Amino acid sequence: MTPDLTRRGFLTRSALVGCSAAASPLLTRVSFAAAPWDTRLVVIILRGGMDALDVVRPLGDPDYAKARTGLLRREDTVIDLDGFYALHPGLQPLLPLWRAGELGAVQAVATPYRDKRSHFDGQDLLEAGSMGLGDVAGGWLNRALGQVPGASARTGFALGHGEMKLLAGETSVTDWYPDTALSLSPQAALLAEQMMAEDPLFHGAYAQAMALMGDGQEGGAGMDDPTKGKRRPPEHVNIASYAAEQLRGEARVVGFSLNGWDTHRAQTKGLTRALKRLSQTILTLKRELGAPVWGKTVVLAMTEFGRTVRQNGTGGTDHGTGGALLFAGGAVRGGQVLGDWLGLQESALLDRRDLMPTADLRAYVAGVLQGVAGLDRTTLERTVFPGLDMSGPTGLLL
Amino acid sequence: MRYSPELAAIRFGCGLSPIVPPPRSVSDLLAGLTGPDEMARTYPIEPFDRFQDRMIDLAALWKAHRKANGREAKGTLRDRIDATRNQARRDASVWFAHTLMRWTDTRTGLHERLAFFWADHFTARGKNGAIRFSGLPYVEQAIRPNMTGYFSDLLISVTTHPLMLQYLDQAYSVGPDSPIARKRPGRGLNENLAREVLELHTMGVDGAYTQDDIRALAELFAGLSFDWAGGFRYRADFAQPGGETVLGQVYGGAQASLSPVLEFLRDLSVHPDTARHIARKLVVHFVSDRPDPDLVAHVARRYRESDGHLLTVYGALLEHPAAWQPALMNVKPPADFVASACRALHLRPKMLDLDRPGRLRRRIGRPLTGMGQRWMEPDGPDGWPEEDAAWVTPQGLASRISWAMTRPRQLVGDLPDPRRFQWDALGSYAPASVRFAAQAAETRAEGVGLILASPTFQRR
Repeated sequence: MTPDLTRRGFLTRSALVGCSAAASPLLTRVSFAAAPWDTRLVVIILRGGMDALDVVRPLGDPDYAKARTGLLRREDTVIDLDGFYALHPGLQPLLPLWRAGELGAVQAVATPYRDKRSHFDGQDLLEAGSMGLGDVAGGWLNRALGQVPGASARTGFALGHGEMKLLAGETSVTDWYPDTALSLSPQAALLAEQMMAEDPLFHGAYAQAMALMGDGQEGGAGMDDPTKGKRRPPEHVNIASYAAEQLRGEARVVGFSLNGWDTHRAQTKGLTRALKRLSQTILTLKRELGAPVWGKTVVLAMTEFGRTVRQNGTGGTDHGTGGALLFAGGAVRGGQVLGDWLGLQESALLDRRDLMPTADLRAYVAGVLQGVAGLDRTTLERTVFPGLDMSGPTGLLL
Repeated sequence: MRYSPELAAIRFGCGLSPIVPPPRSVSDLLAGLTGPDEMARTYPIEPFDRFQDRMIDLAALWKAHRKANGREAKGTLRDRIDATRNQARRDASVWFAHTLMRWTDTRTGLHERLAFFWADHFTARGKNGAIRFSGLPYVEQAIRPNMTGYFSDLLISVTTHPLMLQYLDQAYSVGPDSPIARKRPGRGLNENLAREVLELHTMGVDGAYTQDDIRALAELFAGLSFDWAGGFRYRADFAQPGGETVLGQVYGGAQASLSPVLEFLRDLSVHPDTARHIARKLVVHFVSDRPDPDLVAHVARRYRESDGHLLTVYGALLEHPAAWQPALMNVKPPADFVASACRALHLRPKMLDLDRPGRLRRRIGRPLTGMGQRWMEPDGPDGWPEEDAAWVTPQGLASRISWAMTRPRQLVGDLPDPRRFQWDALGSYAPASVRFAAQAAETRAEGVGLILASPTFQRR
């Protein structure tokens, strides 16, 4: 199995730190320990590989439309951002944030991950924050918390069902898992359906279970809560509400995942649904944080890689390299799409298929950590993101 | 239909492991059953006679509590009673964890499977108070050491066990003409154990016994009792005087004693109906809900020929080609599903956080309840269902999928790459849909979860 059993054990132990009782949403906080800083940071991992070129559309690039004829629907209203880029219609609900300078993006960025285009390795590196896999223990956000004097286990929260290696490591954080009966990402539901279909006994029970639990395809499973006898909000809204509640109090850093970005097929539908969840998540955060705290909040949404420039043969896109970092919040310098744009002509692409990354995604994140938590450049380049060079421009923050 | 190491591990063992190789042959499979019990030594579970000491302590505390004067004195004793009980609960959680570790690490998966099989066959539970936490100590002492000898020894061991005598109400059953019944009118027989011994433990519900046999057996059993200080105790003052005719044979005579009871149990253990019932149950449990009649007949014949020598019986099951039908059939009960997942994930003891039993409860105990199998608490003495359909319900399956998607990460932290994990968990059994899911899942947790949630992993 894993040759590196020591590291594995270490990660496990640390990942499990965080008292469940303390993390229970039902408990009232009795004391507000002084938080080490005031700005709030929410990191959303968009698992599956978000298609940056569809989300923040470079309509001004002459090669864009012909690479994506099937993905650009004629009925879509063009949501122009800056004369070059346009927003995917699925993010329409966030347009007011863009206009208010509370939403922006960095285009054509990537982690140092190259070549293999594996979700699992790509996500591991995105969360590790290092140059290569296995270079460091734990996630970058955990290491960042470890650098801040006064951070407690309630300063950082990892929320949701999914793994958050981003926050795993030496420093104690709070892990909380919503107590849902069955909630599958659209892709997992599809894959499970295919497996179950081969076994009539299982397939029957599975189909009934999915019907009982509500439509798992739409905005995450909304399902009946047996304890309350009424429908609960979708899981991502639950998580966003819970995150906001924590951030109004002692928490300063929250990490969670939104799945459903692996749009190999029927991307127009799949991506719209994923973006709907992202919009709902960000709007829930804004609403539940309230204006004063939202004004001090940075939301970063990042993914393991972008997708192929050209659409594939099934109305989708395949695993690529260069992608986008989305940012939102009252503390960001929104209303702009950052990043160098080299164009989409074939010679400008990576391996003649992927958007060529023009900057290290980690540099932008490091810039945010510098501003939010006051970490210095040396610490960021050596400890939090080993091997990072922060000399380039960043400028996400106000 | 012949021996396959992978199938041996999946169908007759605890599943595949990324570390422990599957058994090479049928003799390899059987060899570990008679050697030293490595798993019991590495992951100890308190034997029942040590657990009894807790009951003795509690009895003394309750006695003192009754005699104590004043709220304060009573309160102090009450606190000690609660502490003793809570300690038993915490220890039971460690034994539960050790059970999972045995499944994870064993080289003789059949040994752990047989422990589950016989624990279920001879279901016994503590009814209230701290004795509720003695289920695994009962299995450890009454069942585990007796799984490879003669069925008669196993049958005697459980039938005279305090937990069984308590669970099936035998301990207070007294002969209608016993000395104690004459002193205390109103006391008399309880047929519960007698019936279940015939119906569940030996001959089976369609065995050739009658209600008269049950009644006579209950009279013969009168006297089987226990107390916490000494454990099992035969009480002649509870016994029904005279011999009893059970299944056409007379047992006992003028002098009330234990030996005719043991004589009856030995005879019962080699009854042809018992041979058939045990053979069928083994085949249903290990191979299929719809057992091959030839296979059942073969196992039953070896049972009769060997006077119920269990190692021989297991050998008969394993040597028959029908046991090696390559398609996976039976659905794992929830505990087996979870424990075999722990094995595939190569769970380590420290991952179970043994000093925080709440974690184990949340990560495995409560999910098992959701899947339909409250750990060590079956509804009745017939134990858990064998039928696949009993487990594959919408809520049961939803709970299994949900567990597979979320808990492995909490348990082991660093999940394996699903593309490798499909080999760890399923070997060459992974169908195309699972192989596809392993590489198409968006996250490791989902990939690992889908593999464990697959019908292939849930069957054996």
